[in-house]
Amino acid sequence: MNATWSRFNVTSIVLGFAFLYLPIVLLIVFSFNESKLVTVWGGFSTKWYVSLFHNQGLMDATWVTARVGVISATVATVLGTLAALTLTRYTRFRGRVLFSGMVFAPLVMPEVITGLSLLLLFVAVGLDRGFLTVTLAHITLTMCFVAVVVQSRLVSFDRSLEEAAMDLGATPAKTFFQITLPVIMPAIVSGWMLAFTLSLDDLVIASFTSGPGATTLPMKIYSQVRLGVTPEINAACTILIAVVAVGVIIASIANKRREVQRQLDERAAQRG
Amino acid sequence: MSNIAVTNAATPSAAGQPFGARLAAGFVNRLVIIVPYLWLLFFFLIPFVIVFKISLSQTAIAMPPYTPVLDFSDGVSGFFAGFRDLNFDNYVWLTQDALYFKAYVTSLIIAAISTVLTLLVGYPIAYGMARAPATIRPTLLMLVILPFWTSFLIRVYAWIGILKPEGLLNQLLLSLHIINQPLVILNTYTAIFIGIVYSYLPFMVLPLYSSLEKMDYSLIEAAKDLGCPPTSAFWKITFPLSLPGVIAGCLLVFIPAVGEFVIPDLLGGSQTLMIGKTLWNEFFANRDWPVSSAVAVILLLLLTVPIMLFQRAQARAQEQDK
Repeated sequence: MNATWSRFNVTSIVLGFAFLYLPIVLLIVFSFNESKLVTVWGGFSTKWYVSLFHNQGLMDATWVTARVGVISATVATVLGTLAALTLTRYTRFRGRVLFSGMVFAPLVMPEVITGLSLLLLFVAVGLDRGFLTVTLAHITLTMCFVAVVVQSRLVSFDRSLEEAAMDLGATPAKTFFQITLPVIMPAIVSGWMLAFTLSLDDLVIASFTSGPGATTLPMKIYSQVRLGVTPEINAACTILIAVVAVGVIIASIANKRREVQRQLDERAAQRG
Repeated sequence: MSNIAVTNAATPSAAGQPFGARLAAGFVNRLVIIVPYLWLLFFFLIPFVIVFKISLSQTAIAMPPYTPVLDFSDGVSGFFAGFRDLNFDNYVWLTQDALYFKAYVTSLIIAAISTVLTLLVGYPIAYGMARAPATIRPTLLMLVILPFWTSFLIRVYAWIGILKPEGLLNQLLLSLHIINQPLVILNTYTAIFIGIVYSYLPFMVLPLYSSLEKMDYSLIEAAKDLGCPPTSAFWKITFPLSLPGVIAGCLLVFIPAVGEFVIPDLLGGSQTLMIGKTLWNEFFANRDWPVSSAVAVILLLLLTVPIMLFQRAQARAQEQDK
């Protein structure tokens, strides 16, 4: 194998990852810059983090974003998992083509279109723009991503496990909660995390569907970025990156543990 | 696995279920389909109908800022009377102003060029990953997915500090005496290309990797044994076999890139013209909801074919996995 992994392959990977990571690393490094000029190094300092915590507008936006993220990711995970079950289990029902179209299209739909159309819907039904409308919009967008993640796990799922449980007398509901759900749980967890991150990240759809009092963090960052690059925004971005990175690391460790446990269980079961 | 058998041993067999339980199961089955179905109908499909309707309305100084509103405040007859006021004036307006036409064409061209650039950058990475020792492949995959978790806005923002005239790239090039004058990259189309390639790279690498990883490399060995030079082996074997990944990756980059707003707005400056930005300005700066709806409808029509291709590719991939 090593013989075929040529110098060209290694170089392209190293350069590729440098391209992917260098901008983020630079952003983090310059958030600790003493100087107000973002691109000139003036010594190490954490003063921008301190001033960040005194910025009430930014703190309020963070709180709004966190609540929208948690609520929308949770609802989207339930709906997305149901959509994934529908796509993999019910191969024949009226309107299936339309359904799969509605699940896949939002993945690539330009955000300006989704944002505008959702806003016009909210206006048409007379819903005031604010916290609720952003949350509903984020549920709609992210449930499709959850559906795709969970679906890819369901496709490789061994259905004979379910049949065995039913043969042994488990009800469909019990089979679902005791067999199916634990097996697809890692996909559901990563679906939730993806939904949460997408919600945390979204600027365009939030700008369209949000109203006064529900300014999210990306909207706040965006309005400040337009005025110029400042170390304070670098600091806010660094915290956001750190939160997500810690979440991803915890999730992957938990995932690995569960996987190891499952293999041990399987081996124990085979020994009888 | 063993504990499940134990807990279920006491329950009666499925055939002995009461009628009510089976009825409930049927109801639950239907609910699984209906709930997400209705949600998407209401929040995804119906909004497009509303966008289309408002694109036929006129701008008004009111809230909502268009007329006719089409509601039932004047009773059913008032609702239908409103239909007579709908017309295609906004579309006529779009064709008359060269700015919109230029914005559409520019967006399509920029998206196409960026897609090709992303493919050129992404292919060697995906290929290198697929040929990497199996033990480090999961780590490499994780490293490609990781930037995906960090905010899109932040990643675009990070490039401002690098590309601006007194930015890090110019500082580096000046100090190495490669250039004498700072390069003007920020607020040009070049910056937009860099932004799109950078932001969408994982979308390209992942489908490419998954089709390259499945490939049987003994085919290449065979071609080599039969005297085929490496480059022609690549074009005759590797590339055709990775085509599903190439198509999926290109569509995943091209479609959202056409309507991109954040990248042209932050990196492209005010001089560059892209349709996502135009729509945003019509809506937020000019407060012209009907015209921005018409812009959205045409953008959607332009993207119908690529979106349908994307769905077909998704459906086919799903069939193959089964």
